[in-house]
Amino acid sequence: MQYTFIEILRRALDEELARDGAVHLLGEDVAAGGAFGVTRGLAQKYGDKRVRNTPISEAAITGLATGAALCGLKPVLELMFIDFATLAMDCLVNQTAKYRYMSGGQVAVPLVVRTQAGAAGGAAAQHSQSLEAWFIHVPGLVVVAPAAPAEAYGLLKSAIRLGDPVLFIEHKRLYTMKETLAEGAPLPEIGKARVARTGTDVTIIAYSAMVQSALEAAAELARVGVSGEVIDLRTLLPLDMTTVATSISKTHRVVIAHEAVLNGGVGAEIAARIGSELFDELDAPVGRVGCPFAPIPFAPGLEQALLPGSGAIVHAVRELLGAPAQARE
Amino acid sequence: MAEPTLDEWKRMYYALVRIRQFEAQVQRLAGAGEIPGFPHLSTGQEAVAVGVCAHLSRDDVLFTSHRGHGHVLAKGSDLERTFAEILGRDSGLCRGRGGSMHLVDSGAGVLGATGVVGGNLALAAGAAWAAQAQGKNTISVVFFGDGTTGAGVFHETLNLSALWRLPLLFVCENNGYAEFTSREEHSNVQHVSSFAVPYAIATKTIDGNDLPTVYAAAHEAIAALRRGAGPYLLECMTYRMAGHYVGDAQPYRSKEELAAIKEKCPIERLKIRLVAEGVTQQELDEIGERARQEVLQGVERARAAARPDPATVLDHVYRSPSLHSIP
Repeated sequence: MQYTFIEILRRALDEELARDGAVHLLGEDVAAGGAFGVTRGLAQKYGDKRVRNTPISEAAITGLATGAALCGLKPVLELMFIDFATLAMDCLVNQTAKYRYMSGGQVAVPLVVRTQAGAAGGAAAQHSQSLEAWFIHVPGLVVVAPAAPAEAYGLLKSAIRLGDPVLFIEHKRLYTMKETLAEGAPLPEIGKARVARTGTDVTIIAYSAMVQSALEAAAELARVGVSGEVIDLRTLLPLDMTTVATSISKTHRVVIAHEAVLNGGVGAEIAARIGSELFDELDAPVGRVGCPFAPIPFAPGLEQALLPGSGAIVHAVRELLGAPAQARE
Repeated sequence: MAEPTLDEWKRMYYALVRIRQFEAQVQRLAGAGEIPGFPHLSTGQEAVAVGVCAHLSRDDVLFTSHRGHGHVLAKGSDLERTFAEILGRDSGLCRGRGGSMHLVDSGAGVLGATGVVGGNLALAAGAAWAAQAQGKNTISVVFFGDGTTGAGVFHETLNLSALWRLPLLFVCENNGYAEFTSREEHSNVQHVSSFAVPYAIATKTIDGNDLPTVYAAAHEAIAALRRGAGPYLLECMTYRMAGHYVGDAQPYRSKEELAAIKEKCPIERLKIRLVAEGVTQQELDEIGERARQEVLQGVERARAAARPDPATVLDHVYRSPSLHSIP
């Protein structure tokens, strides 16, 4: 059966609510379905005590979810936009992430914070950001960014069962994407990347919606005889460098692509790790694709002008191969 | 409320002196360079810890702040392991990972201390929500200072806990100081209890240096919480006899203010009451000496304890074994 990204998240939450009485959903408007309809119908099914609306109080509801996780619940908190995580940073960084360590392992924080990020449709500078790099800098957190509906289904269920705090970042541009779910497939292990397309000439590392752009770029490159391998990281913290190394050992060229700004981005960490761990495998410098250093603008033409897509990835790959975009066409 | 017996008052007197002596040792060893970091003392505020925690069971959970030694001891944490944590020992409550500002003792219902002002409030609300969701009759208690009212999360948590009728006791220790400056310089709102009013949270402002007053008020508040009446804010007017942190020279206090400290001391005040009820000065001295000896012995055992093995420094970052290899 085909599901949109939103429908498949709802199915995953529904199944986890049914499976484990400790799972509770909370967030602004979640009992009414949430801002994007992910939780629609779940309050009717499980009651408004397990699918619970909160006030617009990101600091308090993140602390509330963390405190409840310390006491035996498995909350799934929805932060409506990742941009609003700024209001919850004390809790996420100083408490949620550190509580287990600071207690010497006495407690755990089995919490999932679902949020959505990325630019689409003129949401403008305060509702479009890709802030994931901030969080991979914090020991104790896990950061997951699914690239497609079926992926999101398995990763969300694995995140809920993990037992450590997970920031689960959905991309708003993927919400309407449809995909068939393979019933009964094993759940993915948190911390493991996947090869989304195999290839031999160049590795394209991406996550979240940029995986779709990377797949489009690989298809375009195939038409001109370049075989691109696409790695979907799935988990940004921890990074699966084993999968990255296996691929680069084969292709010897790599482009890292994300929608977040390049400066200080997740790609910078991956590039540094490749440089120190896989230097001998490289036939070319590490290529990076990301947003130019500016806030996300409102006007559709400006938004499109800023956002990197498959074209930017194709361009970066051709530069690595020493073949300017026009030369081979 | 059944009035405590004279023996029970004496035990509470012991608990007050025990906290005072414990923190005196923290001050001494911090001064000698044996305690790393910035320990914060609650000297002068012990009656709040003892008077509130007297009504808690081990299953009730407690959250405190950077000034939490007294709360943790009063809740029932082991004295030696608490001191060992403050010293950074492997036998400490948190294996030396937390220290003075992050004491956690889950077995005693101490779910911890946050060093960033206000962070503990929402966690305590979450613990209260968990108890409510699990159908337990336990409550959650959070201790905080009056300076916390400047933080947005304080107001968010008041609103949320009232809305959800959470079994959450807010205990404000209004000690007159927010770090180095007086309350008047922080807010036009004189009493923290005023903030409870618009949310229809039950509240009372009491003399927090008088143990019998704290004991009675906490009894009333906690009884209401256990009946499901929703949150309660108890504002305890107290006085921080020590500086903000160990080593604070306190230039912001006048000589007159410093001279009047003894009259406010909760131990001296309980002593007057107990003497009036017929307890001899000699017996009180003996109780105080027993508390001092317990502390000294616990402190010496903690000092002799092993330091954590540096090879274990990466332990406890994650629960999931698969996440332990992040470089």
